Amino acid sequence: MKQKALHNPDKTVALLGNPNVGKSTVFNSLTGLNQHTGNWPGKTVESAYGIYTYRQKKFALIDLPGTYSLVPHSAEEEVSRDYILCENPDAVIVVCDATCLERNLNLLLQTMEISPRVVLCLNLMDEAKRKGVYIDTKALSRRLGIPVIPTTARKKQGLTELKEQVDKICCGNGTVKVPGSLRDILDQKGYSGATCGDAAVTDLYREAEEICKETVRFQGVPPYEKGLTADRFLTGKWTGIPTMLILLLFVLWLTIFGANYPSQLLSRLLFSLEEPLYSLLSALSLPDFLIKPLVFGMYRVLAWVVAVMLPPMAIFFPLFSLLEDLGYLPRVAFNLDGCFQKCNACGKQALTMCMGFGCNAVGVTGCRIIDSPRERLIAILTNCFVPCNGRFPTLISIITMFFIVGSGGALSSFLSALCLTLVILAGIGMTFLCSKILSKTLLSGLPSSFTMELPPYRPPQVGKILVRSLLDRTLFVLGRAVSVAAPAGLVLYLLANVTLGGASLLSHLAVLLDPFARLFGMDGIILTAFILGFPANEIVLPIAVMAYLSQGTLTELGDITALRQILVDNGWTQLTALCTMTFSLMHWPCSTTLLSIRKETGSTKWTVLGFLIPTLAGFTLCFLIANGYRLLSLML
Amino acid sequence: MKTQGLHLLTPGAEGIVYALYAEGSIRRRLLDMGLTEGCHVRCLLESPGSDMRAYLIRGALVSIRKKDAEKILIYLPEQEDEEGRT
Repeated sequence: MKQKALHNPDKTVALLGNPNVGKSTVFNSLTGLNQHTGNWPGKTVESAYGIYTYRQKKFALIDLPGTYSLVPHSAEEEVSRDYILCENPDAVIVVCDATCLERNLNLLLQTMEISPRVVLCLNLMDEAKRKGVYIDTKALSRRLGIPVIPTTARKKQGLTELKEQVDKICCGNGTVKVPGSLRDILDQKGYSGATCGDAAVTDLYREAEEICKETVRFQGVPPYEKGLTADRFLTGKWTGIPTMLILLLFVLWLTIFGANYPSQLLSRLLFSLEEPLYSLLSALSLPDFLIKPLVFGMYRVLAWVVAVMLPPMAIFFPLFSLLEDLGYLPRVAFNLDGCFQKCNACGKQALTMCMGFGCNAVGVTGCRIIDSPRERLIAILTNCFVPCNGRFPTLISIITMFFIVGSGGALSSFLSALCLTLVILAGIGMTFLCSKILSKTLLSGLPSSFTMELPPYRPPQVGKILVRSLLDRTLFVLGRAVSVAAPAGLVLYLLANVTLGGASLLSHLAVLLDPFARLFGMDGIILTAFILGFPANEIVLPIAVMAYLSQGTLTELGDITALRQILVDNGWTQLTALCTMTFSLMHWPCSTTLLSIRKETGSTKWTVLGFLIPTLAGFTLCFLIANGYRLLSLML
Repeated sequence: MKTQGLHLLTPGAEGIVYALYAEGSIRRRLLDMGLTEGCHVRCLLESPGSDMRAYLIRGALVSIRKKDAEKILIYLPEQEDEEGRT
């Protein structure tokens, strides 16, 4: 693995566990590192490490990938098994879900076959109590021969005892479990064959069953019944998909409505700082030709991006994280798997699509949760049909300006949300279409099998999520604004004000692209804006607006009617708006996403395709819309 | 012993695993999830398109596609539920 040599720890401890047992929470609580915890399987695909101190000793804690077994038939299992066998940590903590002990014991028993110093961290004890699951931890400890520590990591209960037991076991020799039939398989290098280990796993589960019979008692309603009514509703034949749509609509509506006022405030504030900034720079005796690009180019675009992007992101992300933490998203994959099956793709693509809402680069990286390489590629290449947070403000602005009448009250926000939902549905529809086409042409193959755990609903840690999400997103938007939007603003100012042969570079470019763009219902400036928006999607609209104003500067955003006027004055019609929205939805991925595609696929060929597929889709659709509309208006 | 495919188990019904005919990675995955011989399985949910069902396997809810469930043979229990309930 990586790193820890730098910190020179006294002891090294490995952290192992099934997905969804709160392993990351245990990790964060022990080390204080801020790692995002989600409530769906396979999320922790990379390992991480942290340090904690106990009794003046430094412990390095390695967070191994969540896995159901150590028999290596996937990369995650191999990493975990290899680490324990080869690096020989001083202790291994196996985190188990107290509400689902029988299944979790499989991993514990396997770990005990290859490591002598194992500690069982029985997590989610509060959930167990809530569901009437009672575990005799002393009997369990006797039966297993290892320390068993009940914890509720999210309430920070039991952690000191855990640290104590880990400390004790690191210093001792530990007990070696009599190696079972799995030992030989676990000892092999590389992946093991497909069917070997069947009997061994069956034996382990038989043992797990016996252990649980002796130590676990259920009281009252069986644990699986809690949440079953909710699940039946959320996955029901007539209720499942409508609920999904309504939830999406609701989240979008809250985002649009809630972001309205803060956006206006922010933009007024940031634009009001322009004058003082100008004066300040002048007072520093900087030459005018330097100040103008900095203030009217760099700062203005930065101000726009922050004002327009921050409020929606600050609302959308926490809402999304709440749903994630609750455990709802695997139900989405469950509902949509049928559609993905018909496209010969994997149901987990629903999850990567959801990730793409936040950021397409994250969605692409998240495709690692898909096992089959073929299906993973399909998910990667179609991820940017789902609009990321950077495109939301562009879409919302255009919808508000050209398709909704009304001022920003609850009703018009609702209608905007409705339109945005329709746009997103169009994107999802295109995802299915392209997935199907890809699976019949370039990426054809048999549909692979798919199975997924649906974790129980857990009450989301609302306060923690709101705070973390808010902080996260604010920093992210500001960071992006400074690193991408500001330089882009500078470049744009230069392009708009540096003249060559009587016209600015920008107008040359726009004039060049104009005839081509008109074929697709847009104009040269819009297309230029999309091209210049390659580094980040959020700067597309500011670039377009800035380009329209002949000096290439941006007037205050606060008034959306003024903005609309600028666009209308430059020839925008509803058709232009529609085509621009369509192209915003379907065009080349931003630079970060493209880099992620390159990194995940390791191939230039697929990266190029990742560039071409949404672009071709966008151009085709815009062509059909624009010319279909023109044809119709000619005939009628 | 009369066996049938898991896919014939409707929501609410219960069965016991007789054998797994699935091959490859899905077999491993199902075994890892605890779907071994003699394991109790209860069907709890069905997806809107009826192409996927969720089953209770050793205390966890696991979704399995219909075509994969066809390769899992179960038999119906003669007696009632799990022991250990107070």
